[in-house]
Amino acid sequence: MKYSEQWLKDWVPITVSTAQLCDQLTNAGLEVDGTESVAREFSGVFVAKVTAVEPHPNASRLSVCQVDHGAGTSTVVCGAPNVRPGLSSAFARVGAVLPDGTAIGRSDLRGVVSEGMLLSTRELGLEADADGILELDAEFEFGTDLRVALGLDDVVIDIDLTPNRGDVLSIRGLAREVGVLNRLPVSAPRIDAVDADTATVFGVEIANYAGCPRYLGRVIEGVDISRPTPWWMRERLRRSGLRPIDPAVDVTNYVLLELGQPMHAFDLDQLSGGVVVRNGQTGESMTLLDGRDIEVDETVLLITDSDGPVAMAGVMGGERSGVGTETCNVFLECAYFSPQTVARTSRRFDLHTDAAYRYARGVDCQLQAEAMERATRLLVDIAGGRPGPVVEAVSEKDLPAANRVSLRKSRLDLLVGEEIPVEEVERILDRLELSPSCAGGVDDRVWTTTSPSHRFDIAREEDLVEEVLRIHGYDAIKSRVPIVPLPLGRARVSELLDARLKDLLVDLGYAEAITYSFVEEKIAGLLDPGGDPVSVVNPVSSEHAVMRTSLLPGLVTALRNNLSRQAARVRLFETGQCFRKDADDLAQTTLCGGILFGPREREGWAHDRDRVDFFDVKGDVERLFALGGLTVGYVKAADPVLHPGQSAVVLVEGEPAGRFGRLHPEVETVLELPSGVFVFELEGDAVLARRRRRHGFVSRQPSVRRDLAVVVDREISAASIESIVRARLGKILAEFTFFDVYWGEGIDSNKKSVAIGLTFQHPSRTLTDTEIARHLDDTLLDLTRRLGVRLR
Amino acid sequence: MNVDGIEKAALAAVDAATDERSLDDARVRYLGRRGELTVLLRSLGAIDAAERPAAGARINAAKARLQEAIERRGGALAAEQLEQELAEEAVDVTLPGRSRSGGSLHPITMTFRRIERIFEAAGYDVVSGPEIEDEYHNFEALNMPADHPARAMHDTLYLDNGMLLRTHTSPVQIRTMEARPPPIRVICPGRVYRKDNMDASHSPMFHQVEGLVVDEGIAFADLKGAVVDFVHGFFEQDLGVRFRPSYFPFTEPSAEVDVQCVHCLGDGCQACGQSGWTEVLGCGMVHPNVLANVGIDTERYTGFAFGFGVDRFATLFYEIDDMRLLFDNELRFLEQFA
Repeated sequence: MKYSEQWLKDWVPITVSTAQLCDQLTNAGLEVDGTESVAREFSGVFVAKVTAVEPHPNASRLSVCQVDHGAGTSTVVCGAPNVRPGLSSAFARVGAVLPDGTAIGRSDLRGVVSEGMLLSTRELGLEADADGILELDAEFEFGTDLRVALGLDDVVIDIDLTPNRGDVLSIRGLAREVGVLNRLPVSAPRIDAVDADTATVFGVEIANYAGCPRYLGRVIEGVDISRPTPWWMRERLRRSGLRPIDPAVDVTNYVLLELGQPMHAFDLDQLSGGVVVRNGQTGESMTLLDGRDIEVDETVLLITDSDGPVAMAGVMGGERSGVGTETCNVFLECAYFSPQTVARTSRRFDLHTDAAYRYARGVDCQLQAEAMERATRLLVDIAGGRPGPVVEAVSEKDLPAANRVSLRKSRLDLLVGEEIPVEEVERILDRLELSPSCAGGVDDRVWTTTSPSHRFDIAREEDLVEEVLRIHGYDAIKSRVPIVPLPLGRARVSELLDARLKDLLVDLGYAEAITYSFVEEKIAGLLDPGGDPVSVVNPVSSEHAVMRTSLLPGLVTALRNNLSRQAARVRLFETGQCFRKDADDLAQTTLCGGILFGPREREGWAHDRDRVDFFDVKGDVERLFALGGLTVGYVKAADPVLHPGQSAVVLVEGEPAGRFGRLHPEVETVLELPSGVFVFELEGDAVLARRRRRHGFVSRQPSVRRDLAVVVDREISAASIESIVRARLGKILAEFTFFDVYWGEGIDSNKKSVAIGLTFQHPSRTLTDTEIARHLDDTLLDLTRRLGVRLR
Repeated sequence: MNVDGIEKAALAAVDAATDERSLDDARVRYLGRRGELTVLLRSLGAIDAAERPAAGARINAAKARLQEAIERRGGALAAEQLEQELAEEAVDVTLPGRSRSGGSLHPITMTFRRIERIFEAAGYDVVSGPEIEDEYHNFEALNMPADHPARAMHDTLYLDNGMLLRTHTSPVQIRTMEARPPPIRVICPGRVYRKDNMDASHSPMFHQVEGLVVDEGIAFADLKGAVVDFVHGFFEQDLGVRFRPSYFPFTEPSAEVDVQCVHCLGDGCQACGQSGWTEVLGCGMVHPNVLANVGIDTERYTGFAFGFGVDRFATLFYEIDDMRLLFDNELRFLEQFA
């Protein structure tokens, strides 16, 4: 909320500077967001009276005026339509400097010399638009500096209030706090009851006391809404960030700002029967003041008359009963609505009005009568009219009760961590009007407080602890370090740290990406066709509409971003939660994904310029699983998103644990990606699972290496060759390697040549050549029988 | 017998040898089986027996000198040869080496690690939880019933399955307290979501670390100590730390914490809006309703909790001026943190 410092000073005689005041407020939990001068710099502008107006001899739209500015009379040429004899306005004399920097000089306007200028609020920088020159009340003395006359050397303090401090959402509320902080008395303007001038009443009935425990109504007959709101009130509204409209609206807004009580003015002639505060009915609808048509139901509290809804309680009035220029009889509403009721309606219909904001945070439930008298007095003073008697409907038992809360000194000291002297605590509770009563001695003191009706936020002991601490000062409490027992945890071999995984990927050349967990539905469907993602009901944009089921949409988007910025070589990885529907439930699992594109290495004299291929991704996947040391296998994948001939599923201990390979060329085309994008996506748990290593047996016997080159059908997998060889040779085979794989010239087109390196080693003795030759023969025989290989 | 003459010629031939081969030629010519000095020595039988020992000694002395000269020359030639070979093998040591180029960790991850290291060293456990949460754990258990005005501070993203994207990592605190009894000392790092539009200082997805300590006798003074030590530890300097009263439904008393601006150290600059302070963290004493919701005896135990935006700490520490850079994943940005 925005507060005028001058207005505040009417209530509390502050002596501290604006900066000190702002510090005090911020340190007491009322965070000052900023301050702003109410008027820009200008000088040489005075209150003056127009004494005579004559038409300009050479210009039909201009007038030649005589202006009395206290120090004499000047001739001024003016183009404003509202200039007239007797009007008090703002006069910039020769030498004045306006907010926009314009220096006023003597100027010849179509043959008449103007010795200054009459100003509008726009030219003074006070309002964005103005119809004519400023019209001042006659009470200002001519010749007074305008800044002094209008109190323009004022500062607006913008305070960002926390939701629990609805009591500070008014000048009165802030004045109370400032009074406590500075130990100063707070003086409210005198508010007397306004006697009824007419007997006219409009009935008030409450059907839902829980939603509306109190409702006050009052008729004011014969008001003249066309009269201008006085300058001082308009100026206070403006400084508080509200736009002046007409006396009825301005007065209700003024009371809202001054006392914190939202009010509403109805056009009495548009109401019929009497007011009933009740819940809506299904099928009922109304048009609000902002023109919106709203369908209501049983959960919405309404103000109604015999013709239906006339306002959404505490939120916004209806169009039908709104006050307009024709209005001459007004019905004023001043009610206490339950915070929950207003909050629910306001949020449901997305109507965040000043009234709803205050009701939702809580309004003083004893304030209504006073606010009604205040508003009546102000409105009658401005717009005339004859007030009727106040009609009140109330259910005392539904009003919030005054909270009685106890504070134990022992609890206070425990929660604070040091002792706050008893006298200080009592002083603070007193100043906060919490009427503490004491029991017990100095050490086992218990204070019982009774909250004033404006402090509805104090409900339990901890709230009092905060109040005491807040006024005492958070900074006054010394820091200390908790002293705790230091139990030891256990080392865990079965789990790798996520950090190890990330470090390896970084060492393998990947940059870590963090992509949004919500992705575009189309891309999600393309990269995980069976994914069936959870949708965001209220997404920030359509590009962030569904929760990711896979990391690939984010990584592909990141790749595209980089390619559009001329990156030639991209390696990115991400680890993060993905979300899949799982029967009735939702599985939130951590995945680890990566994307590779472009040359294998950065361009350099020492590197070849090959582009990444399947075996680059596979090599990295192998390195990741090598961390855990579990048994890993690879089988061809059947994944619509991946290239059918260049993709695989990883099996860890026989269970699928991820997929990798080249993106399907059709997917690349749809995503407008260049050809040759490789990806991997692995289950986080599987990558982080770790086997405990144990020492086995290391043979010291000499080893012998033999090579075997065979020709075999192209579709025979390397894994099948290796498993046959290993099965045949068992423990005597110390090492196995494919050292060459070749197809092409010199080999039948459906065949390939595979060269295998075998290292033999016996655990306890030297192997003889005969033995090795027999092993080789047996191996070859197995391969021939089972895979149809022939020796090359 | 011209021993001197032969020796002179032989030494000249050795000196003239330019490589191993011509040196060997010289050796064969003078010292070989049919070499001139060998032949001369063998011919001693033909001379007078009285002169024979002296002549023999002369020849042998010449042979020895020649042998030595050959070895010397051989050594010199080998050294020359080696030098030449080494020169040929020389490389330009200023050319870049051959290795796989490394990648980089995201600055958010690096920030998480800094934070976790500080707290883990003090005995806090790092715990995590689901990002898709229910109303109960995200709001109700945290003392925020449905119509609570504080929910307006959390512009929540809702899902079509009736759940929501957690607006803070506080539900992990609830889940931790549901799972284990006090004493509790944990931090909860993770991703969180709010319905904010993307700009230089906002993102609908960001990261938080929250901390929770519940034990007997935990006080506001302990909270201050933990927060101040953390801030000093993270920024590696003793920056000023300011506690201001604030409001969160799940703590009472609550505080917001400002840290002296890391750029101007309190003098006021553009980064801190001339205030000299940067708001970095919210904290407070755990609200008794929250403890009661998880069945902790509020008379016996008290606790403190704090929470802060990791992205904020990352942007401050790594001097990143626009939050959007964090989620753009541009390599030129990311590789700065290699």
